[in-house]
Amino acid sequence: MSVMEQDSAGAPARASLMNDPKIRSIFYQLVLVIAVVSLGYFIVTNTITNLERQNIASGWSFLENTAGFGTNQSLVEYSETSSYGRALYVGFLNTLLVAAVGIIFATLLGFIIGIARLSNNWVINRLAYCYVELVRNIPLLLQIFFWYFAVLRSIPGKREKWSIFDTFHLNIGGMRLPKPIWEPGSEWVGYALIIGIIASFFVSRWARKRQEDTGQQFPVFWSGVGLIIGIPIITYLVTGMPMTLEHPNFVESGPILRQGFELNVGINVIPEFLALTAALSIYTASFIAEIVRAGIQAVSHGQTEAAHALGLRNGPTLRLVIIPQAMRVIIPPLTSQYLNLTKNSSLAVAIAYPDLVSMGGTVLNQTGQAIEIIGIWMAVYLSLSLITSAFMNWYNQRMALVER
Amino acid sequence: MANTNLFHIRTEEAPHLAAPISTTGIIGWMRQNLFSSIGNTVLTIIGILLAYWLIAPLIQFALIDAVWTGQNREACLPQVGGHSGACWAYVEAYFPQFIYGRYPSEEVWRVNIVYALFLMLLVPLAIPSVPFKRLNAVLFLIVFPIIAYYLLTGLVIGDWVILPIVETAVWGGLLVTLVIAVTGIVASLPLGIALALGRRSKMPIIRTISIVFIEFWRGVPLITVLFMSSVMLPLFLPEGVTFDKLLRVLIGVTLFSAAYMAEVVRGGLQAIPKGQYEGAMALGLRFWPMMYLIVLPQALKLVIPGIVNTFIGLFKDTTLVLIVGMFDLLGQIQSSFTDPTWSTPSQGHTGYLFAAIVFWCFCFGMSRYSIFMENKLHTGHKR
Repeated sequence: MSVMEQDSAGAPARASLMNDPKIRSIFYQLVLVIAVVSLGYFIVTNTITNLERQNIASGWSFLENTAGFGTNQSLVEYSETSSYGRALYVGFLNTLLVAAVGIIFATLLGFIIGIARLSNNWVINRLAYCYVELVRNIPLLLQIFFWYFAVLRSIPGKREKWSIFDTFHLNIGGMRLPKPIWEPGSEWVGYALIIGIIASFFVSRWARKRQEDTGQQFPVFWSGVGLIIGIPIITYLVTGMPMTLEHPNFVESGPILRQGFELNVGINVIPEFLALTAALSIYTASFIAEIVRAGIQAVSHGQTEAAHALGLRNGPTLRLVIIPQAMRVIIPPLTSQYLNLTKNSSLAVAIAYPDLVSMGGTVLNQTGQAIEIIGIWMAVYLSLSLITSAFMNWYNQRMALVER
Repeated sequence: MANTNLFHIRTEEAPHLAAPISTTGIIGWMRQNLFSSIGNTVLTIIGILLAYWLIAPLIQFALIDAVWTGQNREACLPQVGGHSGACWAYVEAYFPQFIYGRYPSEEVWRVNIVYALFLMLLVPLAIPSVPFKRLNAVLFLIVFPIIAYYLLTGLVIGDWVILPIVETAVWGGLLVTLVIAVTGIVASLPLGIALALGRRSKMPIIRTISIVFIEFWRGVPLITVLFMSSVMLPLFLPEGVTFDKLLRVLIGVTLFSAAYMAEVVRGGLQAIPKGQYEGAMALGLRFWPMMYLIVLPQALKLVIPGIVNTFIGLFKDTTLVLIVGMFDLLGQIQSSFTDPTWSTPSQGHTGYLFAAIVFWCFCFGMSRYSIFMENKLHTGHKR
């Protein structure tokens, strides 16, 4: 494959056809096309006969059939009587959920470690170095197993709990959180939040314009925080506090089987989710840390010196000079790490967290529709990755250095 | 009046004083690096506490409370009032399984020979100053795989059994991990180079096919590739033709990592200035000699860190085969947890710790070696 001929010897007047680069190129490509097409034909015909032999009807009609299996986490209404299509949708949403939460934690942890890696403090520096070298050289699957089978098995059983601030409760059944109950009137808080975001957007535009015109600065960040947080809080108070928290109810007395957390009170985060998020974010954070470190180091020291010479203090130097330039280097590999995290979340199948691959695997086992299920998996992950790379190309174009 | 001496000229050098004790030696170093300001001091103390809080329990578990010898779980059960430590006796008892899987014990010498040959060929290949690199590479890349194949699977000519057949289903542990990793590494590099060249080709069809191939494999998770190779590949083949499960996984892993390798190599090819191509053509080199002699040596040298990172990723990813029902090192450890003879509270922790140590040593070793080679090959770019 890919035999490429760039015979650039200045074509003499009467070169034989065999040595004409154009003819050769057409010939090689033709060979490749024939090879690919015949391979495709071979595969398709074999698949058709094999499917016929195994009595598997290919097609998408199985998605309508009743799934008949439950799940321990779903973001939308789902029960055993739901269809296979619904099951896959639940799995897809769970994948997105674990990826989103994982990305947030991985970013936070990664930036902290990456900056710690540049610290002048020897202890902090070495700790961050050890973290990175330790975590990224151990397979992710092993880390998931470690968190799920080793760590989460050594926390209290169903009849006991660990509590943090009496709000977060942890035991082997997962983590219990208070659940917000929205009462009528609470929608105004949501509107207030939207108004706050829009207002802060206009304030920042106005402030930039004023600074360009007059040179006077305006505390955009703090006014934005005030608008986005303040307006909803005021609305919340004015409308008479329409939201209450439903705290998990821990039964400590009575028959032993009744002890423990009452079902369906508060939010229960399943242990699979905890283990998967912990492993994914800790693992990915080690890669993000290296990206952040490299990005900041890529900004030459002259930039800091020049900013200081202009009279900027340390804070504004970092905010206005270093970070914008470092971000240019950091963002592209960062997005590809986010994509990796999303793809790695498919390891959920090893601890039976109901993500797309895990739910799809169950559907595959029940229906035998291997081609369709694997097709769905690949289509979903492929489109996620294509969207990401489209974003990356757009960002790179926007951020590319404009040179003369 | 006039002879009052108002100036002074020092005629001898002032005695050399030692630097203040607070700026030299270990104290100076600590003042500068650990306690230069209040914030820094707080960070140092937090850091030391954090390190102590993380490392002390680990040492306690892995070394101090550990049980080193024993026949069964009795030895490793937590003592009354005491903590339970790592049960290294269990790892010791299971060690042959972790290394060879369920490979028949009377045939294990074959695996040992393969391990030994692998090391004997790899070590001289890895040390730059050892001569006969070309012969060594040929032995390692062509002769060794053939020998290893027959040694591991067995050799039967007609009715004459030279080496009894050992099904790959009984292979396991580190053997499977290494077979998948080494085959994947060795096969994905040439395939990746070919794909990278294809992607940079001027021929539209070859370029398109390469791009589609690369982007497809890079866009999907390895686990779906493994599912595909274990569930879908049999559907693609004519009736009666069956592939060994290990071979199917190998194909999946190789194609997957070849796509990543291709992107790494392409980065190197892009970094080679056009003048190098033109110079090679001006010398009258045709395409393959140009690539082989001029472009690829420079391009690959540039991307050694990327190549090794791909290798490390591939090595770590071999653990995923346990999801499709094969027993690599991690899978073998995971399956040993079901054995009641050694079932203790610390068994899981011990097993995972052992797996982590083994994987970490391999991966960290590879990354160090890549840094070493990078410095070694860093010729001509230094100022």
